[in-house]
Amino acid sequence: MKLPYLPNHDDSSFFDFLTKQYPGLTLGSHGMAPASEPMRSAGPIAVPYATTVLAIKYQDGVVIAGDRRATEGFQIADRRIEKVFKIDDWSAMAIAGAAGPCIEMAKLFQTELEHYEKLEGMALSCEGKANKLGQMVKANLPMVFQGLVVMPLYVGYDVTRAEGRIFKYDITGGRYEESDYHAIGSGGKDARNTMREHFRKNLSEADALKLALLSLYNAADDDVGTGGPDLIRGIYPTAKFVTAQGITDVVDDKLKAVYDEMMTARRSRET
Amino acid sequence: MAMPSYYVSPEQMMQDKAEYAKKGIAKGRSIIAMEYIDGILLTADNPSASLHKVSEIYDNIAFAGAGKYSEFENLRKAGIRHADLKGFMYSREDVTGRSLANGYSQSLGTVFSQEMKPLEVEILVVQASTNGHPNEIYRISFDGSIIDEKNFAVIGGRAEAVQTILKDKSPGQAPSLDAALKLCVTALEQTANQKLQPEGLEVAVLDRTRTGRKFRRISVSDIRRILSP
Repeated sequence: MKLPYLPNHDDSSFFDFLTKQYPGLTLGSHGMAPASEPMRSAGPIAVPYATTVLAIKYQDGVVIAGDRRATEGFQIADRRIEKVFKIDDWSAMAIAGAAGPCIEMAKLFQTELEHYEKLEGMALSCEGKANKLGQMVKANLPMVFQGLVVMPLYVGYDVTRAEGRIFKYDITGGRYEESDYHAIGSGGKDARNTMREHFRKNLSEADALKLALLSLYNAADDDVGTGGPDLIRGIYPTAKFVTAQGITDVVDDKLKAVYDEMMTARRSRET
Repeated sequence: MAMPSYYVSPEQMMQDKAEYAKKGIAKGRSIIAMEYIDGILLTADNPSASLHKVSEIYDNIAFAGAGKYSEFENLRKAGIRHADLKGFMYSREDVTGRSLANGYSQSLGTVFSQEMKPLEVEILVVQASTNGHPNEIYRISFDGSIIDEKNFAVIGGRAEAVQTILKDKSPGQAPSLDAALKLCVTALEQTANQKLQPEGLEVAVLDRTRTGRKFRRISVSDIRRILSP
Protein backbone atom coordinates (compact mmCIF):
# COMPACT_ATOMS: atom_id res chain seq x y z
CA MET A 1 0.00 0.00 0.00
CA LYS A 2 1.38 3.35 -1.02
CA LEU A 3 0.80 6.31 1.24
CA PRO A 4 1.61 9.74 -0.16
CA TYR A 5 3.43 11.14 2.83
CA LEU A 6 4.16 7.97 4.76
CA PRO A 7 6.95 5.85 3.35
CA ASN A 8 6.47 2.13 3.38
CA HIS A 9 8.28 0.68 6.31
CA ASP A 10 7.91 -2.52 8.21
CA ASP A 11 9.82 -2.34 11.44
CA SER A 12 9.11 -1.27 15.01
CA SER A 13 12.37 0.62 15.46
CA PHE A 14 12.31 4.39 15.05
CA PHE A 15 16.09 4.48 14.81
CA ASP A 16 16.10 2.06 11.84
CA PHE A 17 13.22 3.97 10.24
CA LEU A 18 15.17 7.23 10.51
CA THR A 19 18.39 5.65 9.26
CA LYS A 20 16.67 4.26 6.17
CA GLN A 21 14.28 7.08 5.31
CA TYR A 22 15.89 10.22 6.75
CA PRO A 23 19.62 9.46 6.99
CA GLY A 24 20.48 13.11 7.58
CA LEU A 25 18.63 13.09 10.90
CA THR A 26 20.19 10.02 12.43
CA LEU A 27 23.35 9.41 14.45
CA GLY A 28 26.71 8.71 12.89
CA SER A 29 27.91 9.98 9.56
CA HIS A 30 24.98 8.72 7.43
CA GLY A 31 24.18 11.28 4.82
CA MET A 32 27.07 13.52 5.80
CA ALA A 33 29.96 14.22 3.46
CA PRO A 34 32.95 12.04 4.34
CA ALA A 35 35.78 13.92 6.01
CA SER A 36 38.22 15.15 3.39
CA GLU A 37 41.99 14.95 3.93
CA PRO A 38 42.46 18.57 5.06
CA MET A 39 39.50 18.21 7.44
CA ARG A 40 40.97 15.10 8.96
CA SER A 41 44.45 16.54 9.39
CA ALA A 42 42.95 19.57 11.14
CA GLY A 43 42.42 17.32 14.16
CA PRO A 44 39.30 16.91 16.25
CA ILE A 45 36.66 19.63 15.96
CA ALA A 46 36.34 21.84 19.03
CA VAL A 47 32.91 21.12 20.48
CA PRO A 48 31.52 21.24 24.02
CA TYR A 49 32.33 18.13 26.00
CA ALA A 50 30.35 16.83 28.92
CA THR A 51 31.93 14.96 31.83
CA THR A 52 31.55 12.89 35.01
CA VAL A 53 28.32 10.95 35.35
CA LEU A 54 27.72 8.00 37.65
CA ALA A 55 25.18 5.44 38.86
CA ILE A 56 24.95 3.58 42.16
CA LYS A 57 22.65 0.74 43.11
CA TYR A 58 20.83 0.94 46.45
CA GLN A 59 18.04 -0.92 48.18
CA ASP A 60 15.14 0.52 46.12
CA GLY A 61 16.82 0.76 42.72
CA VAL A 62 19.52 3.00 41.25
CA VAL A 63 20.55 6.60 41.73
CA ILE A 64 22.00 8.26 38.63
CA ALA A 65 23.77 11.61 38.80
CA GLY A 66 26.00 13.95 36.82
CA ASP A 67 27.74 17.30 37.12
CA ARG A 68 26.63 20.33 35.12
CA ARG A 69 29.77 21.50 33.34
CA ALA A 70 30.57 21.37 29.63
CA THR A 71 34.03 22.42 28.49
CA GLU A 72 35.46 23.42 25.15
CA GLY A 73 39.24 23.19 25.38
CA PHE A 74 40.17 25.32 28.39
CA GLN A 75 36.94 27.28 28.26
CA ILE A 76 33.72 26.54 30.10
CA ALA A 77 31.10 26.10 27.39
CA ASP A 78 28.09 25.69 29.67
CA ARG A 79 27.56 25.77 33.44
CA ARG A 80 24.06 24.31 33.51
CA ILE A 81 24.12 21.52 30.96
CA GLU A 82 21.89 18.51 31.69
CA LYS A 83 23.63 15.15 31.31
CA VAL A 84 21.07 12.91 33.01
CA PHE A 85 17.92 12.20 31.01
CA LYS A 86 14.71 10.44 31.86
CA ILE A 87 14.20 8.03 28.95
CA ASP A 88 10.89 6.43 29.87
CA ASP A 89 9.00 5.57 33.06
CA TRP A 90 11.53 2.92 34.06
CA SER A 91 14.86 4.09 32.76
CA ALA A 92 17.28 6.97 32.59
CA MET A 93 20.60 7.55 30.91
CA ALA A 94 23.57 9.78 31.53
CA ILE A 95 26.07 10.81 28.91
CA ALA A 96 29.71 11.74 28.55
CA GLY A 97 31.42 12.93 25.39
CA ALA A 98 30.65 15.52 22.72
CA ALA A 99 27.58 17.34 24.04
CA GLY A 100 25.67 17.79 20.77
CA PRO A 101 25.65 14.17 19.59
CA CYS A 102 25.15 13.03 23.21
CA ILE A 103 21.94 15.01 23.63
CA GLU A 104 20.81 13.90 20.18
CA MET A 105 21.35 10.27 21.14
CA ALA A 106 19.34 10.70 24.34
CA LYS A 107 16.47 12.31 22.41
CA LEU A 108 16.58 9.61 19.74
CA PHE A 109 16.61 6.88 22.37
CA GLN A 110 13.58 8.42 24.11
CA THR A 111 11.67 8.47 20.83
CA GLU A 112 12.85 4.94 20.01
CA LEU A 113 11.41 3.43 23.20
CA GLU A 114 8.13 5.33 23.01
CA HIS A 115 7.79 4.44 19.32
CA TYR A 116 8.32 0.75 19.99
CA GLU A 117 5.85 0.78 22.87
CA LYS A 118 3.14 2.40 20.76
CA LEU A 119 3.63 0.19 17.71
CA GLU A 120 3.90 -3.09 19.57
CA GLY A 121 1.45 -2.27 22.33
CA MET A 122 3.98 -3.12 25.05
CA ALA A 123 7.28 -1.72 26.25
CA LEU A 124 10.66 -3.32 25.54
CA SER A 125 12.25 -5.33 28.33
CA CYS A 126 15.07 -3.72 30.31
CA GLU A 127 17.56 -5.97 28.55
CA GLY A 128 16.06 -5.09 25.16
CA LYS A 129 16.42 -1.37 25.82
CA ALA A 130 20.05 -1.79 26.87
CA ASN A 131 20.83 -3.76 23.70
CA LYS A 132 19.13 -1.21 21.46
CA LEU A 133 21.22 1.56 23.00
CA GLY A 134 24.33 -0.50 22.25
CA GLN A 135 23.37 -0.59 18.57
CA MET A 136 22.98 3.17 18.56
CA VAL A 137 26.42 3.65 20.12
CA LYS A 138 27.82 1.35 17.45
CA ALA A 139 26.17 3.40 14.69
CA ASN A 140 28.02 6.43 16.00
CA LEU A 141 31.42 4.74 15.54
CA PRO A 142 32.37 6.65 12.35
CA MET A 143 32.00 9.90 14.27
CA VAL A 144 34.41 8.69 16.95
CA PHE A 145 37.22 8.88 14.38
CA GLN A 146 36.40 12.54 13.94
CA GLY A 147 36.66 13.06 17.67
CA LEU A 148 32.95 13.02 18.46
CA VAL A 149 32.66 10.36 21.13
CA VAL A 150 29.28 9.58 22.68
CA MET A 151 29.40 7.43 25.78
CA PRO A 152 26.17 6.57 27.59
CA LEU A 153 25.59 5.09 31.01
CA TYR A 154 22.20 3.44 31.10
CA VAL A 155 20.17 2.52 34.17
CA GLY A 156 16.82 0.81 34.19
CA TYR A 157 14.46 -0.66 36.70
CA ASP A 158 13.82 -4.25 35.61
CA VAL A 159 10.19 -4.84 36.52
CA THR A 160 10.35 -8.61 36.03
CA ARG A 161 13.42 -9.02 38.22
CA ALA A 162 12.31 -6.25 40.62
CA GLU A 163 15.76 -4.65 40.74
CA GLY A 164 17.67 -1.72 39.33
CA ARG A 165 20.34 -2.43 36.70
CA ILE A 166 23.35 -0.49 35.41
CA PHE A 167 24.81 -0.87 31.89
CA LYS A 168 28.01 0.64 30.56
CA TYR A 169 29.20 0.67 26.94
CA ASP A 170 32.34 0.94 24.87
CA ILE A 171 32.63 2.94 21.64
CA THR A 172 32.05 -0.14 19.49
CA GLY A 173 28.64 -0.68 21.07
CA GLY A 174 29.81 -3.37 23.48
CA ARG A 175 27.42 -3.62 26.40
CA TYR A 176 28.50 -4.61 29.91
CA GLU A 177 26.39 -4.87 33.01
CA GLU A 178 27.75 -3.50 36.30
CA SER A 179 26.68 -5.14 39.52
CA ASP A 180 27.14 -2.26 42.00
CA TYR A 181 28.17 1.13 40.64
CA HIS A 182 29.93 2.82 37.74
CA ALA A 183 31.12 6.23 36.59
CA ILE A 184 32.22 7.47 33.16
CA GLY A 185 33.66 10.66 31.71
CA SER A 186 36.88 12.55 32.35
CA GLY A 187 36.36 12.44 36.13
CA GLY A 188 34.98 8.92 36.06
CA LYS A 189 38.07 7.37 37.54
CA ASP A 190 38.11 9.79 40.48
CA ALA A 191 34.44 9.13 41.11
CA ARG A 192 34.97 5.37 40.94
CA ASN A 193 37.79 5.62 43.49
CA THR A 194 35.45 7.31 45.96
CA MET A 195 32.65 4.83 45.33
CA ARG A 196 35.01 1.89 45.73
CA GLU A 197 35.89 3.05 49.25
CA HIS A 198 32.40 3.83 50.45
CA PHE A 199 30.05 1.54 48.55
CA ARG A 200 28.08 -1.06 50.51
CA LYS A 201 25.28 -3.35 49.35
CA ASN A 202 21.72 -2.21 50.11
CA LEU A 203 22.45 1.42 50.86
CA SER A 204 19.50 3.55 51.96
CA GLU A 205 18.22 6.21 49.57
CA ALA A 206 19.79 9.05 51.59
CA ASP A 207 23.17 7.29 51.83
CA ALA A 208 23.19 6.45 48.12
CA LEU A 209 22.51 10.09 47.24
CA LYS A 210 25.23 11.22 49.65
CA LEU A 211 27.74 8.84 48.10
CA ALA A 212 26.80 9.95 44.57
CA LEU A 213 27.29 13.62 45.45
CA LEU A 214 30.51 12.95 47.37
CA SER A 215 31.92 11.07 44.37
CA LEU A 216 31.02 13.94 42.04
CA TYR A 217 32.57 16.42 44.47
CA ASN A 218 35.82 14.48 44.61
CA ALA A 219 35.85 14.14 40.83
CA ALA A 220 35.41 17.90 40.49
CA ASP A 221 38.24 18.37 42.98
CA ASP A 222 40.72 16.47 40.82
CA ASP A 223 39.39 16.86 37.27
CA VAL A 224 39.19 20.25 35.54
CA GLY A 225 36.46 19.02 33.20
CA THR A 226 34.05 18.31 36.05
CA GLY A 227 32.10 21.08 37.75
CA GLY A 228 31.52 21.16 41.49
CA PRO A 229 28.49 22.73 43.13
CA ASP A 230 28.25 26.41 42.20
CA LEU A 231 27.15 28.02 45.47
CA ILE A 232 27.02 31.56 44.11
CA ARG A 233 24.75 30.78 41.15
CA GLY A 234 23.00 27.96 42.98
CA ILE A 235 23.85 25.30 40.37
CA TYR A 236 23.94 21.75 41.72
CA PRO A 237 24.49 18.40 40.00
CA THR A 238 21.48 16.57 38.59
CA ALA A 239 20.38 13.36 40.32
CA LYS A 240 17.49 10.99 39.69
CA PHE A 241 16.22 7.90 41.50
CA VAL A 242 15.16 4.99 39.29
CA THR A 243 12.87 2.72 41.30
CA ALA A 244 9.72 0.60 41.08
CA GLN A 245 7.77 3.86 41.47
CA GLY A 246 9.34 5.30 38.32
CA ILE A 247 11.85 8.12 37.91
CA THR A 248 12.07 10.81 40.58
CA ASP A 249 14.12 13.98 40.27
CA VAL A 250 16.04 15.03 43.36
CA VAL A 251 15.09 18.63 44.11
CA ASP A 252 17.77 21.32 44.50
CA ASP A 253 17.00 21.89 48.20
CA LYS A 254 17.83 18.29 48.98
CA LEU A 255 21.09 18.49 47.00
CA LYS A 256 21.99 21.76 48.71
CA ALA A 257 21.40 20.23 52.17
CA VAL A 258 23.73 17.32 51.40
CA TYR A 259 26.43 19.66 50.07
CA ASP A 260 26.14 22.08 53.02
CA GLU A 261 26.72 19.25 55.44
CA MET A 262 29.60 17.83 53.37
CA MET A 263 31.33 21.20 53.09
CA THR A 264 30.95 22.01 56.77
CA ALA A 265 32.66 18.72 57.56
CA ARG A 266 35.48 19.47 55.11
CA ARG A 267 35.94 23.01 56.35
CA SER A 268 36.36 21.79 59.92
CA ARG A 269 39.23 19.59 58.78
CA GLU A 270 41.10 22.57 57.38
CA THR A 271 41.36 24.45 60.69
CA MET B 1 -15.87 3.90 -32.22
CA ALA B 2 -17.25 0.84 -30.51
CA MET B 3 -16.41 0.51 -26.84
CA PRO B 4 -15.05 -2.81 -25.69
CA SER B 5 -17.76 -4.86 -24.09
CA TYR B 6 -16.13 -4.70 -20.62
CA TYR B 7 -16.38 -0.91 -20.42
CA VAL B 8 -17.55 0.36 -17.02
CA SER B 9 -18.39 4.02 -16.54
CA PRO B 10 -16.41 5.89 -13.88
CA GLU B 11 -19.60 6.59 -11.93
CA GLN B 12 -20.44 2.92 -11.86
CA MET B 13 -16.92 1.99 -10.81
CA MET B 14 -16.87 4.46 -7.91
CA GLN B 15 -20.29 3.36 -6.80
CA ASP B 16 -19.25 -0.28 -6.84
CA LYS B 17 -16.12 0.45 -4.90
CA ALA B 18 -18.01 2.49 -2.31
CA GLU B 19 -20.60 -0.24 -1.88
CA TYR B 20 -17.89 -2.84 -1.49
CA ALA B 21 -16.09 -0.78 1.17
CA LYS B 22 -19.31 0.08 3.04
CA LYS B 23 -20.29 -3.57 3.19
CA GLY B 24 -16.94 -4.51 4.69
CA ILE B 25 -17.11 -1.77 7.32
CA ALA B 26 -20.71 -2.50 8.33
CA LYS B 27 -19.80 -6.14 9.05
CA GLY B 28 -17.76 -5.10 12.09
CA ARG B 29 -18.73 -3.63 15.43
CA SER B 30 -19.04 0.00 16.39
CA ILE B 31 -16.60 2.38 18.09
CA ILE B 32 -17.63 5.60 19.80
CA ALA B 33 -15.50 8.65 20.56
CA MET B 34 -17.14 11.03 23.04
CA GLU B 35 -15.99 14.23 24.68
CA TYR B 36 -16.16 14.16 28.45
CA ILE B 37 -15.23 16.66 31.10
CA ASP B 38 -11.47 15.91 31.18
CA GLY B 39 -10.88 14.92 27.57
CA ILE B 40 -12.09 12.29 25.11
CA LEU B 41 -13.42 8.80 25.79
CA LEU B 42 -13.05 6.00 23.22
CA THR B 43 -15.29 2.95 23.61
CA ALA B 44 -15.11 -0.03 21.27
CA ASP B 45 -17.17 -3.19 21.19
CA ASN B 46 -14.17 -5.50 20.86
CA PRO B 47 -14.15 -9.08 22.17
CA SER B 48 -10.38 -9.42 21.69
CA ALA B 49 -8.16 -8.26 24.53
CA SER B 50 -5.01 -8.11 22.42
CA LEU B 51 -6.06 -6.97 18.95
CA HIS B 52 -6.67 -3.31 19.64
CA LYS B 53 -9.02 -1.05 17.73
CA VAL B 54 -8.14 1.99 19.79
CA SER B 55 -4.61 3.16 20.34
CA GLU B 56 -2.23 5.95 21.21
CA ILE B 57 -0.62 8.04 18.48
CA TYR B 58 1.05 10.86 20.38
CA ASP B 59 0.87 12.93 23.59
CA ASN B 60 -2.75 14.02 23.18
CA ILE B 61 -3.74 12.23 19.98
CA ALA B 62 -5.44 8.85 19.69
CA PHE B 63 -6.60 6.64 16.84
CA ALA B 64 -9.53 4.27 16.37
CA GLY B 65 -10.13 2.05 13.36
CA ALA B 66 -13.12 0.03 12.20
CA GLY B 67 -13.31 -2.42 9.33
CA LYS B 68 -10.52 -4.67 8.17
CA TYR B 69 -7.94 -5.10 10.94
CA SER B 70 -4.85 -5.49 8.75
CA GLU B 71 -5.70 -2.32 6.84
CA PHE B 72 -6.37 0.04 9.74
CA GLU B 73 -3.44 -1.46 11.63
CA ASN B 74 -1.20 -0.34 8.76
CA LEU B 75 -2.71 3.13 8.90
CA ARG B 76 -2.21 3.26 12.67
CA LYS B 77 1.47 2.39 12.35
CA ALA B 78 1.98 4.94 9.58
CA GLY B 79 0.36 7.55 11.82
CA ILE B 80 2.65 6.78 14.74
CA ARG B 81 5.69 7.00 12.46
CA HIS B 82 4.52 10.32 11.07
CA ALA B 83 3.85 11.73 14.55
CA ASP B 84 7.10 10.49 16.09
CA LEU B 85 9.10 11.75 13.14
CA LYS B 86 7.52 15.19 13.33
CA GLY B 87 7.97 15.37 17.09
CA PHE B 88 11.62 14.35 16.75
CA MET B 89 12.36 16.69 13.87
CA TYR B 90 10.60 19.74 15.31
CA SER B 91 9.07 19.60 18.77
CA ARG B 92 6.40 17.67 20.63
CA GLU B 93 3.89 20.50 20.46
CA ASP B 94 4.14 20.66 16.66
CA VAL B 95 2.45 17.27 16.26
CA THR B 96 -1.22 17.98 15.54
CA GLY B 97 -4.27 15.86 14.97
CA ARG B 98 -5.30 18.06 12.06
CA SER B 99 -2.17 17.37 10.03
CA LEU B 100 -2.44 13.68 10.78
CA ALA B 101 -6.11 13.58 9.75
CA ASN B 102 -5.24 15.41 6.53
CA GLY B 103 -2.55 12.86 5.74
CA TYR B 104 -4.93 9.98 6.35
CA SER B 105 -7.55 11.64 4.20
CA GLN B 106 -5.09 11.99 1.32
CA SER B 107 -3.87 8.42 1.65
CA LEU B 108 -7.35 6.95 1.74
CA GLY B 109 -8.50 9.18 -1.11
CA THR B 110 -5.58 8.15 -3.30
CA VAL B 111 -6.10 4.46 -2.65
CA PHE B 112 -9.84 4.77 -3.28
CA SER B 113 -9.46 6.43 -6.65
CA GLN B 114 -6.37 4.63 -7.95
CA GLU B 115 -6.35 1.09 -6.61
CA MET B 116 -8.56 -1.79 -7.67
CA LYS B 117 -9.70 -2.47 -4.15
CA PRO B 118 -10.55 0.39 -1.78
CA LEU B 119 -9.56 0.14 1.88
CA GLU B 120 -12.41 -1.25 3.94
CA VAL B 121 -11.80 1.05 6.87
CA GLU B 122 -13.23 4.01 8.66
CA ILE B 123 -11.01 5.76 11.16
CA LEU B 124 -11.13 8.36 13.90
CA VAL B 125 -8.35 10.74 14.82
CA VAL B 126 -9.04 12.53 18.09
CA GLN B 127 -7.04 15.16 19.88
CA ALA B 128 -7.71 16.20 23.47
CA SER B 129 -7.71 19.93 24.06
CA THR B 130 -4.61 21.62 25.42
CA ASN B 131 -3.85 25.27 26.18
CA GLY B 132 -7.39 26.42 25.54
CA HIS B 133 -7.82 24.79 22.11
CA PRO B 134 -11.03 22.78 21.89
CA ASN B 135 -11.12 18.99 21.48
CA GLU B 136 -10.86 17.78 17.91
CA ILE B 137 -12.59 14.70 16.50
CA TYR B 138 -12.02 13.78 12.85
CA ARG B 139 -13.89 10.96 11.16
CA ILE B 140 -12.26 9.78 7.94
CA SER B 141 -14.06 7.44 5.55
CA PHE B 142 -12.78 4.83 3.10
CA ASP B 143 -12.88 7.35 0.22
CA GLY B 144 -10.83 9.95 2.08
CA SER B 145 -13.73 12.22 2.97
CA ILE B 146 -13.06 13.87 6.30
CA ILE B 147 -15.65 15.13 8.76
CA ASP B 148 -14.97 17.32 11.77
CA GLU B 149 -17.31 16.03 14.49
CA LYS B 150 -18.52 17.69 17.70
CA ASN B 151 -19.42 16.04 21.04
CA PHE B 152 -19.25 12.49 19.70
CA ALA B 153 -18.54 10.37 16.62
CA VAL B 154 -19.33 6.77 15.70
CA ILE B 155 -17.62 4.47 13.19
CA GLY B 156 -18.06 0.86 12.11
CA GLY B 157 -20.94 -1.60 12.43
CA ARG B 158 -24.34 0.05 12.62
CA ALA B 159 -22.84 3.49 13.08
CA GLU B 160 -25.94 5.42 12.08
CA ALA B 161 -28.19 3.61 14.53
CA VAL B 162 -25.74 4.27 17.37
CA GLN B 163 -25.50 7.89 16.32
CA THR B 164 -29.27 8.33 16.49
CA ILE B 165 -29.42 6.92 20.00
CA LEU B 166 -26.57 9.13 21.17
CA LYS B 167 -28.13 12.22 19.61
CA ASP B 168 -31.30 11.64 21.64
CA LYS B 169 -29.57 10.97 24.92
CA SER B 170 -26.61 13.30 24.63
CA PRO B 171 -26.50 15.78 27.52
CA GLY B 172 -26.08 19.50 26.94
CA GLN B 173 -22.58 19.81 28.36
CA ALA B 174 -19.64 17.42 28.57
CA PRO B 175 -20.52 14.54 30.94
CA SER B 176 -18.30 12.99 33.60
CA LEU B 177 -16.23 9.94 32.61
CA ASP B 178 -18.61 7.52 34.33
CA ALA B 179 -21.71 9.05 32.74
CA ALA B 180 -20.07 9.13 29.29
CA LEU B 181 -19.02 5.46 29.48
CA LYS B 182 -22.48 4.38 30.65
CA LEU B 183 -24.07 6.30 27.79
CA CYS B 184 -21.73 4.76 25.21
CA VAL B 185 -22.27 1.22 26.47
CA THR B 186 -26.06 1.68 26.50
CA ALA B 187 -25.98 2.87 22.89
CA LEU B 188 -23.75 -0.05 21.82
CA GLU B 189 -25.96 -2.56 23.64
CA GLN B 190 -29.16 -1.25 22.10
CA THR B 191 -27.85 -1.59 18.55
CA ALA B 192 -26.16 -4.93 19.17
CA ASN B 193 -29.30 -6.24 20.89
CA GLN B 194 -27.27 -7.93 23.59
CA LYS B 195 -25.70 -7.22 26.96
CA LEU B 196 -22.02 -6.33 26.63
CA GLN B 197 -19.64 -7.69 29.25
CA PRO B 198 -16.76 -5.51 30.52
CA GLU B 199 -14.34 -8.10 29.03
CA GLY B 200 -15.84 -7.45 25.60
CA LEU B 201 -15.18 -3.71 25.71
CA GLU B 202 -12.08 -1.81 24.82
CA VAL B 203 -12.07 1.52 26.61
CA ALA B 204 -9.42 4.22 26.62
CA VAL B 205 -9.24 7.94 27.35
CA LEU B 206 -7.19 10.95 26.44
CA ASP B 207 -7.10 12.45 29.90
CA ARG B 208 -6.09 16.11 29.88
CA THR B 209 -5.28 16.04 33.61
CA ARG B 210 -2.33 13.71 33.04
CA THR B 211 1.12 15.12 32.36
CA GLY B 212 2.99 14.12 29.20
CA ARG B 213 1.28 11.27 27.40
CA LYS B 214 -2.46 11.61 27.96
CA PHE B 215 -3.56 8.23 26.58
CA ARG B 216 -4.64 5.66 29.14
CA ARG B 217 -6.43 2.34 28.77
CA ILE B 218 -9.15 1.65 31.29
CA SER B 219 -8.84 -1.80 32.84
CA VAL B 220 -11.64 -4.37 32.84
CA SER B 221 -12.02 -4.08 36.62
CA ASP B 222 -12.43 -0.30 36.35
CA ILE B 223 -15.00 -0.70 33.55
CA ARG B 224 -16.91 -3.16 35.71
CA ARG B 225 -16.83 -0.74 38.66
CA ILE B 226 -18.08 2.17 36.54
CA LEU B 227 -20.86 0.14 34.88
CA SER B 228 -22.12 -1.54 38.06
CA PRO B 229 -25.43 0.08 39.01
